[in-house]
Amino acid sequence: MISAKDVSKRYGAVQALQDVSLDLHPGEVVALVGDNGAGKSTLVKVIAGVIGPDSGGVAIDGEPAHIGDPHDAQRLGISTVYQDLALCENLDVVANLFLGSELRKRSVLSHIRMERSARDLLTSLDVRIRDIRVPVAMLSGGQRQSVAIARALIGEPRLVILDEPTAALGVEQTAQVLDLIRRLRERGLAVLLISHNLADVRAVSDRVVVLRLGRNAGEFRTADATQESIVAAITGAAA
Amino acid sequence: MNAATVTRKPYTPKEAVERLRHGDLGAWPVVGALIAIAVVFGSLNEHFLSPENLTNLALQMAATGTISLGIIMVLLLGEIDLSAGSVSGLCAVVMAILSVRQGWNPILAIVVALAAGALVGLLHGIMFTRLRMPSFVVTLAGLIGWQGLLLYLLGEGGIVNLPFDGFVAKLSDTWLPPWLAWLIVAMLVLVSGGSSLINRRLRLAAELPVPPAWWTAVKIGGLTLVLAGAVLVMSADRGVPLLLVIFGTLVVAFDLVLRHTAFGRWMYAVGGNVEAARRAGISVTRIRVLAFVLSSTLAAFGGILSASRLSAVNQGSGGSDILLMAIAAAVIGGTSLFGGRGRTYAALLGILVIQSITNGMYLLSVDSSVRYMVTAAVLALAVAIDSLARRGSTP
Repeated sequence: MISAKDVSKRYGAVQALQDVSLDLHPGEVVALVGDNGAGKSTLVKVIAGVIGPDSGGVAIDGEPAHIGDPHDAQRLGISTVYQDLALCENLDVVANLFLGSELRKRSVLSHIRMERSARDLLTSLDVRIRDIRVPVAMLSGGQRQSVAIARALIGEPRLVILDEPTAALGVEQTAQVLDLIRRLRERGLAVLLISHNLADVRAVSDRVVVLRLGRNAGEFRTADATQESIVAAITGAAA
Repeated sequence: MNAATVTRKPYTPKEAVERLRHGDLGAWPVVGALIAIAVVFGSLNEHFLSPENLTNLALQMAATGTISLGIIMVLLLGEIDLSAGSVSGLCAVVMAILSVRQGWNPILAIVVALAAGALVGLLHGIMFTRLRMPSFVVTLAGLIGWQGLLLYLLGEGGIVNLPFDGFVAKLSDTWLPPWLAWLIVAMLVLVSGGSSLINRRLRLAAELPVPPAWWTAVKIGGLTLVLAGAVLVMSADRGVPLLLVIFGTLVVAFDLVLRHTAFGRWMYAVGGNVEAARRAGISVTRIRVLAFVLSSTLAAFGGILSASRLSAVNQGSGGSDILLMAIAAAVIGGTSLFGGRGRTYAALLGILVIQSITNGMYLLSVDSSVRYMVTAAVLALAVAIDSLARRGSTP
């Protein structure tokens, strides 16, 4: 289990986070929701090692973990897919999946081993791309999102953080990506999903955590929660 | 696993157009241009396609082609090196002064000149990455500054002649005997055919798709034809020039490095999306500095080859239109100015296009004013194709 404990972070006069806590269990999709400025991105950045908190921190299986930079987070099994995907459009799918962690002997690339694992990974996630040797620039938005998510799995992480994965997608492609998120859960991964779209959140998540003005503002089991109760927690209206 | 998934299907016309729209043109426009050039100049002047002239062409290509190869290294990152011409002249002067005025062993002088080139590149790279100066300003300063250092080093007299029978001058006056040339062709065909075959076996063993067998056969056959044709033509004259073999070796070696090593992969990654490369843990600074070092070192080597052809260095070494020819060759050969796209063969094909146009117009005694304008038009066309391709690929 990976958890954030009593995380606080202040930017100048703005208290971005105040004693926020969050538990993430294997095989569970947790949706992090909240209005703009609620502190979602700040919390994610703390967990992913992009920024350090003023107090509080991340614990893994109850042990406090030192996360100084994104590499520490990756080594501890925390993988993040940012909204801008960070794919190299001029490289093919295989090259993008293994970017920065290429399989190689000495420094010669092992093309065949990488392509084989890429195919196996994409097949196991049921991601359909006709030719994985074409530049990523030629793929659809949903396919790119799928490649970015698949890439997060290369280092065998325990937690995958998805930042607005469906924001730029059409209806059909959104459905594809939501299916992909369900398959991450079936693989036993912890998934933290940041989304503005409550329909997506209700469709795919097991638990919903609400932030409001940098504080925990409610937690629901998705199956029991109504749309109205979540919206009320987000806006601060008395439920 | 059935046959349909094992054989990668050839592209349908629609997909081919799609690939074209995304700038995945490959080498075909350049090959078309070369055929057009051969037809036009060949019909205007019967001497153009003669073995003697084609051998001269091969000899003229090597120096500027090597500089162009260096330019490709920085173009792949989406940067530019405007200093390559000056650096080539400067390093040739360093080599000439050490070997002639100081009486050093010529090979040692060449090594020191290459090291000087690497040092210049390192300086450019550090100014670009640490001081965050735009690459075109860094290298524009280099263009003028290194030219100044060249003039300073040459001092009074302004010319250093290399002995005609010395090692350096001999480089460009060495011709391969036919048996050696054919041996090299046979080895190249065997190695490339053999590696295709092995790669095919390994891919099939890993249940990965392979291109149809006839396509591999066509590629090997095409390579054989081109190489054999070149050797046949040049052997009818003085033989294959050593200079061409050196240039060709560099092109092939750098192609292998770019496509099959992690360093090469990271070059393309940095050129494609710096932020993605950085987040993937690639040391962007190191890649950038290395690219500038490679560019200046190759420029230095090109300058030495050029000095070898002239058997001298003078105040004009590395000057006039060498830089523009080298950049134009890289772009005409299909290297994108926007980074992330291009192969080292662009240097070979591009310089072949530019040099044959220049050469052809010399034969027709076209005035230099017209020559400049034609070269500019070809460059503009190549950049226009590159820009349109880029627009096609941005969603």
